[in-house]
Amino acid sequence: MTARTLYRRLVDSHTVAVLDEQNVLLFCDLHLMNEYTSPQAFAGLHERGLEVPVPGQNMAVVSHIIPTAAVTPRVIGDPASALQARTLEANCARHGISLFDANDPLQGIEHVVAPEHGMVRPGMVVICGDSHTTTHGALGALGFGIGTTELEHVLATQTLAYPVARDMRIGIDGALPEGTTVKDLILMVLGTIGAEGARGYVVEFTGPAIAALSVESRLTLCNMTLEAGARGALIAPDQTTIGYVLERAPDITGDTRDLALAHWATLRSDADAQFDVEHRFEAGSVVPHVSWGTSPDQVMPINGRVPRPDQQDDEATRQATRRALGYTRLSPGAPIEGIPVQHVFIGSCTNARIEDLRAASDVVRGRTVARGVRAMVVPGSGAVRRQAEAEGLDRLFTDAGFEWRKPGCSMCLAMNDDVVGAGERCASTTNRNFEGRQGRGSVTHLMSPPMAAAAAITGTISDVRRLQRRPTLTPGSQS
Amino acid sequence: MTETAVIEGRAAALAIDNLDTDQIMPKQFLRGIDKSGLDKGLLYDLRFDENGRPKPDCVLNRPDYADVSILISGSNFGCGSSREHAVWGLLEFGIRAVVASSFAEIFYSNAVNNRLMLVTLPQDKIARALADAADPNRNHVSIDVATLRFRSASVDAPFALSARHRRMFLEGLDVIGMTLTYRQQIGAFAERHWSEQPWLRDVAARTYQRLHSP
Ligand code: SF4
Repeated sequence: MTARTLYRRLVDSHTVAVLDEQNVLLFCDLHLMNEYTSPQAFAGLHERGLEVPVPGQNMAVVSHIIPTAAVTPRVIGDPASALQARTLEANCARHGISLFDANDPLQGIEHVVAPEHGMVRPGMVVICGDSHTTTHGALGALGFGIGTTELEHVLATQTLAYPVARDMRIGIDGALPEGTTVKDLILMVLGTIGAEGARGYVVEFTGPAIAALSVESRLTLCNMTLEAGARGALIAPDQTTIGYVLERAPDITGDTRDLALAHWATLRSDADAQFDVEHRFEAGSVVPHVSWGTSPDQVMPINGRVPRPDQQDDEATRQATRRALGYTRLSPGAPIEGIPVQHVFIGSCTNARIEDLRAASDVVRGRTVARGVRAMVVPGSGAVRRQAEAEGLDRLFTDAGFEWRKPGCSMCLAMNDDVVGAGERCASTTNRNFEGRQGRGSVTHLMSPPMAAAAAITGTISDVRRLQRRPTLTPGSQS
Repeated sequence: MTETAVIEGRAAALAIDNLDTDQIMPKQFLRGIDKSGLDKGLLYDLRFDENGRPKPDCVLNRPDYADVSILISGSNFGCGSSREHAVWGLLEFGIRAVVASSFAEIFYSNAVNNRLMLVTLPQDKIARALADAADPNRNHVSIDVATLRFRSASVDAPFALSARHRRMFLEGLDVIGMTLTYRQQIGAFAERHWSEQPWLRDVAARTYQRLHSP
């Protein structure tokens, strides 16, 4: 048999039928839904008079429109948004689909809720009407986003007509230096390969730096790979993955467990499998990164200077740079460090898991948010919020002057009332710095949770490494 | 040939790379439960100022472009969010085709599923097509889906489209209806799949019940 990549294995093991030379009918194990991309799909389903054949493989959350103010119960004030939530509720009830509704204590962002409770398992196909479904590749599952017409197709058939992608491998050597996170790594990768550098490909991440990552960091990495245009992002399951999943999936025990472990061991690319494109990066060279423009590949190291349009290689980049700087109002050649921010947002499906909050809280501990900065933490889910409170992180943040809010997408796309004003800047742990994403005329600077925390403390875009505390030195040992 | 085989009309130039779906259809227009009214939201921040007044310099507001039906744009058109509202909005606005040097993948599927024609041309041809579209006297474009040819005042070029997508466009295939003819195979596949990997069956419902049992 010819050597196969992990990606091809996942496609082959989910192929119900081959439709033509490019497309297969792909079986979907887990379908996640939210309130704003699903209503038209259900409406289409109802028009056809169809039922959902296997409701147990589908799950829904209310996440995008929900206000995050720390009040109970949570009430969606905006009438149109409230109607969306009610519509989702009615659709889920009608078809017997599990729903984490606005006041469910475990409510949260779909890409946080599904993995943290062991719903995502290696070898699955996971789909959602949301582009960042690539997140779940962190657990060796093929995850990808779909549109609403496709959502209707999945609801009606539990399958998708799926064009098979090409294979890309990104190897990461070495180890991430202290003071950096996987967010800095992926921002660096995006800066190198570009916003369409992985368009048409499913990316498999390999190498020692990947093996050393926790599952939470892997989720961040695969989440943001979408910003290179990838059709999917994968990390072959290893002991880290298996430990994470088994801890969260108490139903996998005894014989089932043996069966699962044997199956998961096959989920890797053959040694001689061919990838259409390969990239290699050195993790040791990663420094904290921030975005300066309006596309997630417009990033730079914290010690860098804002690019000069006239020094770019080609006319397209010159124009894109000019346009982006026109929007972000940064001066060509100026250092990025020291640019004042008015907002700090720690949240989103990229960086609102417990590990992210711990990393940010380490920087915040014993310090206060700079004057004139509105800083907020929006945990990715109810479970994350509770865990953080059990560890006292909420107090740490609120003592410093952060708002400690309820879970949701919040300022990541500003569909609720968490909005950055025109002309204001936000240090944000999210995944997109598009024009207007966080509010009309708002400027987003993407960065890691510790970097966002540092920005909150200093009031400017800052190198977190300056704020990080060294282990206490014994007297006399200082040079 | 069916009449939908040729898309002809006035083209407008939006010379922007990475024109993302947040810009094509901003979030404030995503609060509906149907597809209506999205023409108002199309490219809102490009078309309107902060007080909701049309920006006169935006090509889509110019009287001589009132009947525009084709957009010419840069690379990676439709990147970002999976929101199909972007495609619905373009169609409701009267756009029947977008021509660019590349398209984001989810946007591409969404367009195909709604019969919004997408034409991919090499960058040098896009540059010329953009210049043609910017001139109101030479911005007539024709896209022949049967022969796969794009024509503007100074470009006459073939373009590629998979056989499946061409059929979907020309015949308006009902993909869900077609897949439903595979019902039995899907059922048999699922049974086999779940007997091999029993931990996948009803995984969402079972997890939910475990979490919500008293
Ligand atoms: S947190 Fe942001 S990127 Fe993630 S699902 Fe919500 S809106 Fe989308």
